[in-house]
Amino acid sequence: MIKKEMIAMLLAGGQGSRLGVLTKKVAKPAVAFGGKYRIIDFPLSNCINSGIDTVGVLTQYQPLRLNTHIGIGIPWDLDRNIGGVTVLPPYEKSTSSEWYTGTANAIYQNLEYMETYNPEYVLILSGDHIYKMDYEVMLDFHKKNNADVTIATMPVPMEEASRFGIVVADEEGRIEKFEEKPEHPSSNLASMGIYIFSWKILKEALIALSDEKGCDFGMHIIPHCHENGNRLFAYEFNGYWKDVGTLGSYWEANMELIDIIPEFNLYEEFWKIYTKSDTLPPQYISGEARIEKSIISEGTEIYGEVVNSVIGAGVRIGKGTVVRDSIIMRDTRIGENVVIDKSIVAENVEIGNNVVLGIGDDVPNKLKPKIYSFGLVTIGDRSVIPDNVKIGKNTAISGVTEPSDYPNGILESGETIMKAGDRR
Amino acid sequence: MRAIGIILAGGNSYRMKELSNKRAIAAMPVAGSYRSIDFTLSNMTNSHIQRVAVLTQYNSRSLNEHLSSSKWWDFGRKQGGLFVFPPTVTMDNNFWYRGTADAIYQNLTFLKNSHEPYVVIASGDGIYKMDYNKVLEYHIAKKADVTVVCKEMAPGQDIERFGILRMDEDGRIEDFDEKPMVATSNTVSCGIYVIRRRQLIELLEKCAKEDRYDFVKDILVRYKGMKRIYGYKMEEYWSNISTVESYYETNMSFLQPEIRDYFFRQYPDVYSKVDDLPPAKYNPGAVVKNSLVSSGCIVNGTVENSVLFKKVFVGNNVTIKNSIILNDVYIGDNTTIENCIVESRDTIRANTYHKGENGIKVVVEKNERYVL
Repeated sequence: MIKKEMIAMLLAGGQGSRLGVLTKKVAKPAVAFGGKYRIIDFPLSNCINSGIDTVGVLTQYQPLRLNTHIGIGIPWDLDRNIGGVTVLPPYEKSTSSEWYTGTANAIYQNLEYMETYNPEYVLILSGDHIYKMDYEVMLDFHKKNNADVTIATMPVPMEEASRFGIVVADEEGRIEKFEEKPEHPSSNLASMGIYIFSWKILKEALIALSDEKGCDFGMHIIPHCHENGNRLFAYEFNGYWKDVGTLGSYWEANMELIDIIPEFNLYEEFWKIYTKSDTLPPQYISGEARIEKSIISEGTEIYGEVVNSVIGAGVRIGKGTVVRDSIIMRDTRIGENVVIDKSIVAENVEIGNNVVLGIGDDVPNKLKPKIYSFGLVTIGDRSVIPDNVKIGKNTAISGVTEPSDYPNGILESGETIMKAGDRR
Repeated sequence: MRAIGIILAGGNSYRMKELSNKRAIAAMPVAGSYRSIDFTLSNMTNSHIQRVAVLTQYNSRSLNEHLSSSKWWDFGRKQGGLFVFPPTVTMDNNFWYRGTADAIYQNLTFLKNSHEPYVVIASGDGIYKMDYNKVLEYHIAKKADVTVVCKEMAPGQDIERFGILRMDEDGRIEDFDEKPMVATSNTVSCGIYVIRRRQLIELLEKCAKEDRYDFVKDILVRYKGMKRIYGYKMEEYWSNISTVESYYETNMSFLQPEIRDYFFRQYPDVYSKVDDLPPAKYNPGAVVKNSLVSSGCIVNGTVENSVLFKKVFVGNNVTIKNSIILNDVYIGDNTTIENCIVESRDTIRANTYHKGENGIKVVVEKNERYVL
């Protein structure tokens, strides 16, 4: 009989619509981060570093890149004979077939997978946070308190508390009250969306609530366990943790990596972050290039100027080009004499010569002012930007654009272009 | 492919000076992110060779570490795969590998147990890309017994360290001199051979009976009149790194865009063991010109016309010029390094000065490292 003490279930099916064009064709966990990584690398690396070798990854929205990235789990040493990484998409059943309608519903639909491993504990993770955490320490806390459910929490500023699930705990950490996204939060201890369940309790709760529409951990399972008088504990985490759910926080978290000694340090020897690297060669910095305070990944060729930026693998930045305060993802090619200010340029984008990104005033986006804000220019995967155009702030571009898409060669601040087609 | 591969990776050269103290030449780091043997291994996997033996002898720790998993070259197979064969003591043999032919002879079982009709033998110190199928096609077309891959070198290069050969119009080798005092032609052997497996077994057994151990001297040179030994001219980039000068030149040649494009961008790729290192980081004060920088480096100083291998730390106010810094080197503040090769895992103290005056200086300091 197979027996694993703790297995992890990683929720990676969400679209992350607040990342706008970045998640048009890929699920949020597959979005690039910190040059060579993808967001899902962080929870996956945490798993293997914490000694968890059985991870189910639940996918639903646009899983192609996620599937390719995970493969059989080689980069994380999760290619195992027993256990390892398993990608779990929704599947057809003889009774009712449905998509994953909520976080807990997705887990419920994979009861059988978990059953195979006969675990004592199940760790629930989400695939969209940047952090380093030892789940084994959290498990020890769970065991020490003889808990049924342990929720990882961290203090957040009071004004942001209403965005999270909020817990009120006593001195020992036992949870007295749980509020999901409350209007008037009664504490600032926020749930990080990381739970350890004792397997029996989780199974019971999932089955009890199996008819719940869009069954969600924060909305349904946790309150259900609380009402049933289960022992719920709050495990307080004090390290670096970042929800990169919005373009602003995504950009900020990337920029924090280039500090001289970043709070979230990728260069430490212990707790390495693993990723699938398909680009190996070193980067080339030419004689005319100038680089200041940036991180740059493998195989990139730089002939221009890069300041305060995060550059992915296999990027090419042409002569006379200046890239400032920006994120450029892998395999993007940027022409000559281009100026890029405060932009997020996704993977495999082609930017022509003499293009200017990030000009003009900070006018709110006309289409989706809540998503495309922070004064950023956001360009989606495989887009093409023609020569000699100027692009304003709070703009979004996706697809193959042509000079005629830019009236007078300018895309004013706050405008959006969504076109069909991919860069080949 | 209808061939198995044998990589001769046991060698050492006194002309590598201090660099070969730590490792066999096949394990030398090359071009920032690779090891010398990666090129031959990648060529083999890209030519669809399924079974490859690596014969090691001299200081193979570093090489064994590099080859500890064969998955990076896609050799983690159920059928075939990668085999590392160091010399072993057996009931009837307790010698080291006494030469290249002896090394293969001592692993004759590997040859006998294979069923592929041909063998590709290559050395682990060549930097090149090659489809061995092309050589095999040529070998079959010429009805050759042995085909030797060779390259015409530009005049003025130090070619007396190679086997020098001359061919007739058909490509048959008329003359073959191993490391002559004076080279009579500028066509050199690249140390890559294609031979029928049964033919190889037969020749090796004959050699062993006569107490002869060298593949070049005792097989190629000795049999050149009797057997049909052909030369296959290679036109693409090929370089051998077994002297300090050629090692330096080869690494520096990757600063040329054509060579980078050929190796790094054009299909097929060169594979290597993946280290989980973060992207290179440039802090305020970093000035980098015409250089290769590998992952995991942190740069605070000036780097010009140089190659930084993985995980190099360059301190404040440091100047590095025309130099090669191997893996995991820590360079303290205010230090100057010019025309040097700095050995891997070394720690260069702050406020020091290293310069190769006539030619390239190999820096091996072995200082303790006091960093957090």
